[in-house]
Amino acid sequence: MMRVRWVRRDSKPALLTFAVSAASFALAIGAALVAFKAYGLDPWAAGATVVQRTLLDGRGLGEVVRRAIPLLLTGAGLVVALRARFWNIGAEGQILAGAVAASAVALFAQGLGPMTIPAIYLAAFVGAALYGLVPALLKARLGVNEIITTLMFNYVAMYAVRWLINGPWRGKSVTGFSYSDRFPRETYLSLLEGTRIHVPTLVIGVVLALGLTWLLRYTRLGFSIRLLGEAPDAARYAGVRLLPTTLALAALSAGAAGMAGAGEVAGIHHRLIEPTSISMGFGYTAILVALLARGHAWATLVTAPLLGWVLAAGDVVKVSLQLPFQLTDVMTGLTLLLLVASEPLLTYRPVLVRRPVSPDGQGTGLALRSPEGE
Amino acid sequence: MELELLTSTLARALAFGTPLLLAALGEVVAERAGVVNLGVEGMMMLGAVAGFMVAAATGSLPLALLAAVLAGAVVAALHGVIATFLLANQFVSGLAITIGGVGLANLLGKEWVGKPLAAPMLPFDVPLLSAIPVLGPAFFTRQYALTYAALVLAVVIWLVLFRSRPGLTLRTVGESPAAADAAGTNVRRVRFLAVLIGGALAGLAGSYLSLAYRPAWGENITNGMGWIALGLTILALWHPLRAVPAALLFGAFFTLSFRLQAVLPPELLTLLPYLVTVLALTLIAWRGGRGAVGAPEALGAPYRRGERE
Repeated sequence: MMRVRWVRRDSKPALLTFAVSAASFALAIGAALVAFKAYGLDPWAAGATVVQRTLLDGRGLGEVVRRAIPLLLTGAGLVVALRARFWNIGAEGQILAGAVAASAVALFAQGLGPMTIPAIYLAAFVGAALYGLVPALLKARLGVNEIITTLMFNYVAMYAVRWLINGPWRGKSVTGFSYSDRFPRETYLSLLEGTRIHVPTLVIGVVLALGLTWLLRYTRLGFSIRLLGEAPDAARYAGVRLLPTTLALAALSAGAAGMAGAGEVAGIHHRLIEPTSISMGFGYTAILVALLARGHAWATLVTAPLLGWVLAAGDVVKVSLQLPFQLTDVMTGLTLLLLVASEPLLTYRPVLVRRPVSPDGQGTGLALRSPEGE
Repeated sequence: MELELLTSTLARALAFGTPLLLAALGEVVAERAGVVNLGVEGMMMLGAVAGFMVAAATGSLPLALLAAVLAGAVVAALHGVIATFLLANQFVSGLAITIGGVGLANLLGKEWVGKPLAAPMLPFDVPLLSAIPVLGPAFFTRQYALTYAALVLAVVIWLVLFRSRPGLTLRTVGESPAAADAAGTNVRRVRFLAVLIGGALAGLAGSYLSLAYRPAWGENITNGMGWIALGLTILALWHPLRAVPAALLFGAFFTLSFRLQAVLPPELLTLLPYLVTVLALTLIAWRGGRGAVGAPEALGAPYRRGERE
């Protein structure tokens, strides 16, 4: 009698990894088509509308890239954090922290001349990095769970921005609405003609994705980060210092998200506005961007546009198909769930073993054993 | 007069703390068995919407509560399979459930936003107990059945976890799955059941908001309470009885913060509880020293026989 035994693989097969990711994504799209049907639409026609308005139309494609920009910066940063198994779920708040710091420069630091835009990005990086350092410090020094603290900080940032736009930073020329005054002209990021693609942020994103790939691969810090994630005990023996490494990776990850926030306010809104309109869940979607990238910062160059497309499609679903936009959240959650559920396929491989089975549950018949000789 | 202020504050703290307590109790059970469930927020949302929809459609509260419990448990089953049988990353799985669950709940509840429930759960006094001085008016007067149930559940879960054989087994699974396995325990089954209980209680916690406390449907009705409950679990040091004062503390904080309205703008008042969660976790870690907080030893680590994770 034969039975299947799951044996740990030596390494994750690249092709299968890709296939599993693609299949998870395809299944989620299938689920979206089913949802269209459930809402009484012809799924193929609705799907065609989505593709038409996101990929085959210049403006639509622009919206895809526009959403891919914050996802690229935030996602690339998150790859670094996840590589060290530092669960930074606080990107949403860090995007807002960056937006606030960028707004502070845009609103109050006049006369910087050509340094205005660099100053905006720098302030956003530093502001968000400082915000992200708090949970990292608490984690590295006291062992406080970073998942909960970074998440709590999302809410703190959200309400803090609301307070700013209703209170101290509320625009003087603004009546009825809650947002800051309009930023001065020289803070506007240049857009690609006819789109809302803010080019400087896009360039930063691409450089960041490649730079972080290099950092993870070839630098001492990158080595420390990888070791911390893969074998924390070995990292200690190898002389990796927990505190500085954790602080560095958290600052990088949060700072990247912060620059994404700067891009949104200086590139698109030109004001500090309602927090859920600055970051429409980018910080959460970026977690999926980073996980799909499977530890490779450069891979966010592919996964960020993919998820940017999902978000843009969500907009089409809402505007053109008159369906609730929350469908995209359900799709994101579903993709994540499928992705994680398929993880065992990558870690273990099925092996046929002949009975009988010894009392300790291990096959004794065929000598098909794992390399570790379990 | 001052006594009245104290009892009324406690009473409102309990009313506010009930969903936190219910969800935290569920998470205590799951984490004691070694499984972290980051899906609490999503399960609360789904419980809230399932309870509300069934109550609105049938007018029956028992059916609504059943629906809420089932909604939480069904999604928890998904998490349980991924975390215990597939040995996959339980953080990502929980997170996925929260992102998808919050989205799905908002999607399902869309038509009901702002609509109050025709026949909501009503508060009542507990006979005899409500006559006790101080404690009576604080805990047993004009509260909802779910609040009383949460207090009873805290005691029941404590008894089961710390005074019964199955409870000992469950805790062993969370501390040392290999030892439990060697003693003949089916580690995966115990973990799976613990996650189911956690999800059911999270669903119930959500329904408290939509059936009793509000009682209406609102977008993002739980607004991060599931995450605060996860923090509470740590704050209570994974102990069901300590979860009660911890939930009361947070409830009191929410209620007291309304009294600061004259001093602080509303947005800053709303952000305080989230900040306080971080502060509370920091203080407890500080006091306990690094790693001495008493988390179950095998928390978050999948178990596969003969393998070290």
